Amino acid sequence: MVIVQVLAGGLLLGAIYALFSSGLTLIWGMMNFINFAHGEFVMLGMYVALLVVVWLHGGPAAFGLAAAIALFALGVAVYLSLIRHVIRGPMPAQILSTFGLALLLRYTAFWIFSANFVSLPQTSLAGTINLGGIFLPVAQLVAGAVAIALTLSLHILLTRTSAGSKLLAVAEDRTAAMLMGIRPDRMQMLAWGLSAGAAGIAGALMATAYPWSPSVGETFGLIAFVVVALGGFGSVLGSLYAGLIIGLIQAVSAFWLGAIYKDIVVYGLFVALLWLRPQGLMGKA
Amino acid sequence: MNSILSRRAAILLLAAGLLLYPIILPGAFYRDIGVTFLLAAISASAWNIVGGYAGQVSVGHSMFFGLGAYAPLLAYTLWGWPPLAGIPLGVLLSVGLAVAIGMPTFRLTGHYFSMATIAVAELIRIFAGTWGLVGAAIGLQGPATARGWWDLTFRGELPYYFIFLAVLGALLVTTAAVERRRFGFYLRATKASERAARSLGVPVRQTKMQALALSAAFTAVAGSLYVAKTGFIDPDSGFGILISVQMVIVAALGGAGTLFGPLFGAMILIPLQTATNTWFGGGGSGLTYILYGGIIVLIARFEPGGLFELWGRIAPHLRKRSDAA
Repeated sequence: MVIVQVLAGGLLLGAIYALFSSGLTLIWGMMNFINFAHGEFVMLGMYVALLVVVWLHGGPAAFGLAAAIALFALGVAVYLSLIRHVIRGPMPAQILSTFGLALLLRYTAFWIFSANFVSLPQTSLAGTINLGGIFLPVAQLVAGAVAIALTLSLHILLTRTSAGSKLLAVAEDRTAAMLMGIRPDRMQMLAWGLSAGAAGIAGALMATAYPWSPSVGETFGLIAFVVVALGGFGSVLGSLYAGLIIGLIQAVSAFWLGAIYKDIVVYGLFVALLWLRPQGLMGKA
Repeated sequence: MNSILSRRAAILLLAAGLLLYPIILPGAFYRDIGVTFLLAAISASAWNIVGGYAGQVSVGHSMFFGLGAYAPLLAYTLWGWPPLAGIPLGVLLSVGLAVAIGMPTFRLTGHYFSMATIAVAELIRIFAGTWGLVGAAIGLQGPATARGWWDLTFRGELPYYFIFLAVLGALLVTTAAVERRRFGFYLRATKASERAARSLGVPVRQTKMQALALSAAFTAVAGSLYVAKTGFIDPDSGFGILISVQMVIVAALGGAGTLFGPLFGAMILIPLQTATNTWFGGGGSGLTYILYGGIIVLIARFEPGGLFELWGRIAPHLRKRSDAA
C-alpha cells in the first residue's frame, strides 16, 4: 500500500513537471531556443501565489490566475526586450541572454525573499482525502489534476485552434508564414507569453502542496530539460508523458534510495538520454 | 607595422605591470585581490578556448575546476601524495570527462552542449556531496603545514601570486599559439558557421572536442591552484554553479574569443566584486550575482563581443579626435 501511495504522489508531482516543461518545449519547438530561465519563471509563479494569498487573501483560483497573468506578462516583456534582439545574433549570445536572466531573477528573489523556505498559509485546499486506503493531500490532488488539464489544453490549443496553427506555421517556416499573412514576431511573443504563463501557473500549483525557496528555480529548470529531452524537443504531448514518468522515477528513487538520490537518478537519466537518444523518446530523429 | 609595435608594447607593459603589482602594492589586502584576480583570469581564459574561440558555451565548467581541486586533496588524503603530484590526476580526469560529454553532444547543436554541461556539473556536485570517500558535504582538507615546496602550502600570498602568474602566462602563450595555427582557423570557422566549415573540409566535431579537452585541462589546473591556495574544498566551492558563472561572465565581459578578453574581464570584475562585498558586508555576495546576471544579459543584448570589441570600435574615433586636436 505504501508503494501505491508513493507512486500516486510521484504522478501528481509529475503532472506539474509536465505543465511547466510543456512551456519550455513550446519555445524550443517554435524557435530552436532553450530558455535557461524557465525554472526561475516557475519559482516566480510560486512567489506571486504567496503574495496574493498573504496580501490579498486570495483563494486558489485567484492566485493561480494571478501567477498565470503575471508570468504571461513577464514572458512577453522578456521576449520584446531581450529575446527578439538576440535571436538573430550569434548562438553564444542567445545562450548567455537567458542564462544571465536566470541569475538575475534567482538572486533578486534571494535579495527580496531571503533564502529561507516558505510555504503557502493554510488555504481552502487543506486536508487529506482517503482513496481506498491511499491518503492524498487535497492540494496535491487538485494541483495534479489541474496541471494535466492545462497541459492537455495547451496541446489542444496548438493542434486544434487557428492561433495554434499560426504558431506551428511560424515554427515550420517563418518566411512562408509571413507570406500567408501571419506576423511571426507577434506569434513568437504569444509563444513566450504562453510558455512563461504555463510556468507561472505550474509554480502556483506547486506552491499549494510543497514548500520552496528561491533556489528551486535551478532544480526545476534542470528537471524541465530532462522532461523535454525525454519527451522530445518541441512536443507538448511528449512532455506530458515524460513529466509523469520523471515524477514517478523521482518518487520511486526517493523511496528506495533516499531523498538526496532522487535528483542524481534524474540528472543521470538526462545524461544517458543525450548519449543514447538525443531526439527524445517520442521525438523525431 | 605601427599597430604591431604598439600591440607588442602594450603586452610588455601589461606583463611588467602584473609582475610589479605585488611589489608596488605590498599590503595583504592588495595581494589577496591580486591572487583572486589571477585565478579568475586563468579560469576564464581556460573557458574561453571552448566557450569563446569554438563558440560552444559551457555553463558547467565547474565540473573540471572541481575535479582539478578534488584530485590533489584526494590523493593527499588517501595516499599522502604531495598536492603537486595530484594535479596531473585532476587534468587526466577532466580530459576524460570532457571527451565523455563532447562525444554525444557535439553531434547536435550548441544548445545540447550547454544543457549537458549544466546537468553534469550539478550531477557531480550532488554526488560529491553524498560520497563519503571525497568527504561528502564536509569536503577535503590539504596539508596543514608544508613538508616541502611540493606541498604547495606557503605562508604568504606572494609565492601563490607568482605561480598563478606563471600559469596564466603559459595559458596565454598556448592560446596565442593556437590562434596562429591551423587549429585556430578551424576554431574560428567552426564558430562562424559549422555547416560552411564542414563543407570546406574542417573536421568540426574533432575541432570542438580538442578545444573542450584543452579547455578542461587548463580549468582543472585552475582548480588545483585554487585548492593549493585555500587548502580546502567542498562540493559548492568546487562544483557549484557560481564557479561556472564566474568563468562565463569574466570571459564574456572582457570579450569571449579574444586572447586578452578574459584578462580584462577579470581586471574589471574582481575589484568590483571586492568592492560590493566590502560595502554590503556578508549580504553583498547576493548582490554581486544580481549584478553578474544583469551584466551578462546586457552584454548578450547589446555587445556580444564584450568590452574588448566595444573598445576596438570606439578607439579609432578617440584617436581621430585627439589627432584633430
